[in-house]
Amino acid sequence: MSELSASSFAPIEAHQQTQVISRPSLSYWQDAWIRLKANKRALVSLYIVIGLLLFTIAGPLVWQVDPAIQDIEQISQPPGTDRGATIVPDYEPWFGTQGLPGSGLRLAEPANSQTVRMQWDALPGANGHRVYRNLFPVGSELAYGIPLAEFLNNDTLYFEDRLDLQPGRFYYSVVALDARGQITDQYQSLTVDLERVTTLQEALERGLIDTADNIQIGDEIELAWHPLGTDYLGRDLLARLMAGARVSLFIGIGAPFLFVLFGVVYGSAAGFMGGRADQLMMRFADFVVALPFLLFMILFKIAFGIGPGESGVFPMLVAMVVLLWPATARLVRGQILQIREQGYISASQLLGANTSYLIMRHMIPNTLGVVLVTVTFAIPSAIFTEAFLSFIGMGVAPPTPSWGSMSNEGIKTMLTTPHELFFPALFISFTVLAFNLLGDGLRDALDARMRNVE
Amino acid sequence: MLSYVLKRLAQGILTVWFIATATFFAMHNVPGDPLTNDRAMTDTTRANLEAKYGLDQPITTQYLIFLRNLSRGDFGISFVQENREVNDIIREHFPVSAMLGVLAVIFAATGGVLFGALTALYRNRFPDYLIMFLVIMGISVPSFVVAALSQLSLVTFNNLIGFTVLPVAGWGTILHMLVPALVLGLSTMAYLTRLMRSSMLEVTSSDYVRTAKSKGVPATRIFTRHQLRNAILPVVTVLGPAIAAITTGGFVVELVFAIPGLGRYFVEAVQQLDYTVIMGTTVFYGAFLVFMVIIVDVVYGLIDPRVRLET
Repeated sequence: MSELSASSFAPIEAHQQTQVISRPSLSYWQDAWIRLKANKRALVSLYIVIGLLLFTIAGPLVWQVDPAIQDIEQISQPPGTDRGATIVPDYEPWFGTQGLPGSGLRLAEPANSQTVRMQWDALPGANGHRVYRNLFPVGSELAYGIPLAEFLNNDTLYFEDRLDLQPGRFYYSVVALDARGQITDQYQSLTVDLERVTTLQEALERGLIDTADNIQIGDEIELAWHPLGTDYLGRDLLARLMAGARVSLFIGIGAPFLFVLFGVVYGSAAGFMGGRADQLMMRFADFVVALPFLLFMILFKIAFGIGPGESGVFPMLVAMVVLLWPATARLVRGQILQIREQGYISASQLLGANTSYLIMRHMIPNTLGVVLVTVTFAIPSAIFTEAFLSFIGMGVAPPTPSWGSMSNEGIKTMLTTPHELFFPALFISFTVLAFNLLGDGLRDALDARMRNVE
Repeated sequence: MLSYVLKRLAQGILTVWFIATATFFAMHNVPGDPLTNDRAMTDTTRANLEAKYGLDQPITTQYLIFLRNLSRGDFGISFVQENREVNDIIREHFPVSAMLGVLAVIFAATGGVLFGALTALYRNRFPDYLIMFLVIMGISVPSFVVAALSQLSLVTFNNLIGFTVLPVAGWGTILHMLVPALVLGLSTMAYLTRLMRSSMLEVTSSDYVRTAKSKGVPATRIFTRHQLRNAILPVVTVLGPAIAAITTGGFVVELVFAIPGLGRYFVEAVQQLDYTVIMGTTVFYGAFLVFMVIIVDVVYGLIDPRVRLET
């Protein structure tokens, strides 16, 4: 044992180090945001949603094409087709060319999309002729296609076709008629490749060229550009998708916001009042839930009775709000009932908080997370409902584009021009996917109890 | 248990009354009336017809007559197809929709349980990723696109083979039903798969599974006796709403595949404003769905003793 002196008993320096908070405290929302950012899928979906909103709002400013204008030169054209067109003189009537060289069915002039002029020699034993056009060769079953004209004498041996001509290959046939005007087995056919042409006048009218000064007959110009092609009426698909996005997203986002808002008010009122009123209000909500949803959407649609020229967007919105609020009301009521029993509410009351303070300060912020998640999940189902109803022809009225009605139009020509179905369907799928994944992410970030087991 | 069933039944009847009332007043708000059509009509004809269909009565009387007929199960006579009873139409077309729906529910339930269990079993491995990717596709792609694409691939497949393996559209044999039922059940199957997966994962980390493991129960037996049986419960609860979704979802599938079901008939009736058919079909569907949900709830009570204790 060593010697102890008085100095050994000097008080040691006091360490005033108490517990230090190692990181700044985070609010509920900051914490949720950090968790959401960590979730890659949710973040990507958030970007997609922002992109979609930009597409809807800023898109029409960038791509200023009227979605209602028909480009009759380019009907049902898939994206990336050849847009070249040769300038030809204005149309002039034609009554056959005298002394045209060659024999049999032959073209009088190179065929183009303005007119196809053909001439033939009378077939042996014919008392007249009928002209047909087909998209396929005649073949052994003698399928001539659609009849275009009939001549019951042998005087007229020329025909000019101007009906709905599209660049591509056509098969023309001339069939001999007997004395009674019945078709015989005698025919000649001709394969014609059409070239797209336009006149100077038309090109000027459509704004394809600025002035007619440097353009000569025979020059090649480019037709209007349609990045995603055109639909069956020659309307620009990109412009229509943008206009349709406005309708689809308006219903898809507007309706959930409204019915969730109503559900929150209704549910919190029921939960707050409790007792008899609560019982009655929730029983009514049970009834509304039991209504067969799609059937009543359709019923309401006809009950509103959209007149000609109306789009039917507003009735659909109202019908959705009327039918879909109870789920949110139930959820919010449950939350309110739960929160009411929490310790911090009693503590707050003990400290003299009044009802409005309790609602504003505790009830609403604590239910907001759940409500936000509900809205996010309600959006894709609302978009689906709109698309579904428009698809069966019970939704948005035809001239107004929506993704659902565009799919409905596109599905009819699915075999020949799949792009008309593909793009609207793709947009619906992407939007629904993005909102679903975002909803998953929000639920994981905002609500610990509802968190998915992954 | 019996009192529970009776209570639910009473609630169900009240709900059906609410549906009927809502339908009646919604239909009365429709602009125009059932006799407005393209045929010109003298005032006498019109008055006679109105008397025949009871349209000259005040609305409360009409409502009472409607309810009285409804309680007898009589939905009236079609306005468009003369002398055809709505009951007749339902009797003819509903079995088709029901058959399609039952097949779709079977597809959805078995597929959902099977795939959900698989994903949980192979959690975070390739089968899990593949199935969950397909599930997300199934939830995101609209049913009409799936229907159209499956029809298109059927056509291509039949062409390739050279003879008709599965018919592209129409109704009649079991072969006609397979593809439409699969398409109809697909989104529900995706939803059930997700549900089954999370419930399966929850069960896997539960105490009784751990106990069984430590007792030395073989893994397959744990899987079938403990995990699967417990994990299926939440799937059963959502079957009621799922049946509802599938029955009404049949509209699109019936339209695309040209199936003569009640859904397609309803859409046609709406287009022709055939009042009695619209009202009858809506009330019928509503009642069907309400009692379907009750049956599922009762069955759930039978399967899971914990639910019975609560009620």
